[in-house]
Amino acid sequence: MKTRSFKRVLVWELPVRVFHWVNTLCVLVLILTGFIIADPPAILSNAEATNLHSFGVVRFIHFTAAYIFFFNMILRIYWSFVGNRFASWKAFLPFTKKRWHNFKHVLKVDVLLKNEKEHDLKDISIGHNSVASLSYIALFLLALLQIITGFGLYADTSTWWLPRLFTWVSPLFGGDFAVRQIHHIAMWGFIFFTLVHVYLVFYHDWLEGRGEVSSMFGGYKFVRDERVVSKEKDATVTATEADT
Amino acid sequence: MSTKKEVKETYYESIRKQGYSRRDFMKFATYIAAYMGLESSLVAQVAKSLETTFRLPVIWEHFQECTCCSESFIRSDHPIVADIILDKISLDYTLTLMAASGHQAEAAKHATMEKYNGEYILCVEGSVPMGADGNYCCIGGRSAKDILIEAAAGAKAIIAWGSCASNGCVQAAKPNPTDATPIHKIIKNKPIIRVPGCPPIGEVMAGIIVHVVAFGRLPELDRLGRPKAFYSKRVHDSCYRRPYYDAGLFAETFDDQNAKDGYCLYKVGCKGPMTYNSCGTIKWNNGVSYPIQSGHGCIGCSEEEFWDNGPFYERLTNLPGFGIESNADTVGKVAAGALAGGIAVHAVAANIAKRKQLKSRTSRGKINEENLSH
Ligand code: HEM
Ligand code: SF4
Repeated sequence: MKTRSFKRVLVWELPVRVFHWVNTLCVLVLILTGFIIADPPAILSNAEATNLHSFGVVRFIHFTAAYIFFFNMILRIYWSFVGNRFASWKAFLPFTKKRWHNFKHVLKVDVLLKNEKEHDLKDISIGHNSVASLSYIALFLLALLQIITGFGLYADTSTWWLPRLFTWVSPLFGGDFAVRQIHHIAMWGFIFFTLVHVYLVFYHDWLEGRGEVSSMFGGYKFVRDERVVSKEKDATVTATEADT
Repeated sequence: MSTKKEVKETYYESIRKQGYSRRDFMKFATYIAAYMGLESSLVAQVAKSLETTFRLPVIWEHFQECTCCSESFIRSDHPIVADIILDKISLDYTLTLMAASGHQAEAAKHATMEKYNGEYILCVEGSVPMGADGNYCCIGGRSAKDILIEAAAGAKAIIAWGSCASNGCVQAAKPNPTDATPIHKIIKNKPIIRVPGCPPIGEVMAGIIVHVVAFGRLPELDRLGRPKAFYSKRVHDSCYRRPYYDAGLFAETFDDQNAKDGYCLYKVGCKGPMTYNSCGTIKWNNGVSYPIQSGHGCIGCSEEEFWDNGPFYERLTNLPGFGIESNADTVGKVAAGALAGGIAVHAVAANIAKRKQLKSRTSRGKINEENLSH
């Protein structure tokens, strides 16, 4: 039994990783503050309202995180045009022929947990697999919905042109009742996504051993030697580099 | 009610005839301009318009409604509103207030509609039931639907009073048995001012009427057709309890100390944060109070479908289709629990189904560990 050789491949570039963690942080903060806004805890305080601004602070954090969430998303969209092949918008196209093949493969092997008789190296995705990319499209649409409804609720309390761009939202849904309801329900979408997403990352790390979890920190995944074609200008390591 | 002779009077002439002094009249012009959200420099323009404009004929139809809009209107703060705008000058036809009745009244209405074709203002109070061919609401033997379509044809503009006419209100609450329909969904080719509220504030109604008659055009409307002067702010944004909201100080129940101390009513279901209206500024009953000031949360009566967005006394709205008392969070928790269960099952199944693969990789890893050179 021979062990495999792997090469380290930079899959997630730095901007992608930064996006990922900023996004994670924002979503966590938005969910947390969102729950508080929806159903604030009873606080025991003798303070006069003048001297207390706790709920205002919670809302302030929600709105600050919302802005960061929004701009972060825009930067990611920009990066999908200039980043590497794994960051590209093309990596999210769900149903090209190749991706459709991969989609069925992932459904069979990772969702329904069937074992394959023959392994085809090409079936192992280096970036997103096709099912995952579909889930990111769903997440993106969810973020869009959340931004539209969130800024829609926010618009009337602001004088800045950016949130004011969303004044059409509330009339479109017939009023703030519906907008808040949608905003709240969509939050659960983020929670469901997070549950499944985190599980699947661990799942892939555990079952494939290619550094799935750490890839979003360092950016590298381990790819089988055979898949990295040697070119003349190879990624040669000089002896002085401490790195292996 | 008015006769043809009176029609040629200006508003000012009628007001004077009623025994009001010029001073009263100017006070009224100032007061109404302030409610309309106009600058003080425009007071003169309001006064001038009322002096020179011949009265606009108004037909006021009542369909599926409770008359709370009329009640609110006639209690509007300033006596001139009731005396002049409503009682003496404007209304050519309104079932609840006019002296005439029966064929006589219908005849008067038709006379107005013919004579002032394209000029009169049509006010509608109540929704129109479209179900059963409109037969749920008949007046003088004709359905509300027919009456509305006929009266709308020659109107210059339509004012949809109250939540019934602008949103459907309680009659349109699920399951809406009569298919109660707001005016803008029936009449498409006329300018319509929507004045939601159950009822709308009397001063708001007076302000809108005066705006229309004084300036000869509609007030500035928002995207939902509501006058911006009165509906561009949430009750929450002008609520005097707002500092408690920002402080996070909430009444937990209606009888706790927090409620007695006047804390924010958010957690006992106040819908002020989603409700666009002027209650916090203009208030009710001649500026005496408004629901929140009286200790009751806003129920959102000027918002679309406020009956279906209950409960009134809870912060979170029920989710339709998930049974009584289930809001987004109760459904969300159950779904998240099911999802977590599913994930756990999948994780166990994965370890069983892929055991060979896992075992092989683990043993290869172990061998490599043993073979480490130092
Ligand atoms: C992951 C994204 C987000 C989540 C999970 C989230 C969650 C929530 C939740 C649960 C509420 C309470 C709703 C209710 O029950 O009535 C809320 C309120 C609100 N959110 Fe978000 N939100 C997100 C993004 C945004 C964004 C991008 C904005 C844009 C400005 C925003 C603005 C607001 C506003 C204005 C409110 C109402 C606050 C108030 O009236 O006091 N949210 N959010
Ligand atoms: S009582 Fe209602 S409207 Fe007033 S601050 Fe509280 S939530 Fe807002």
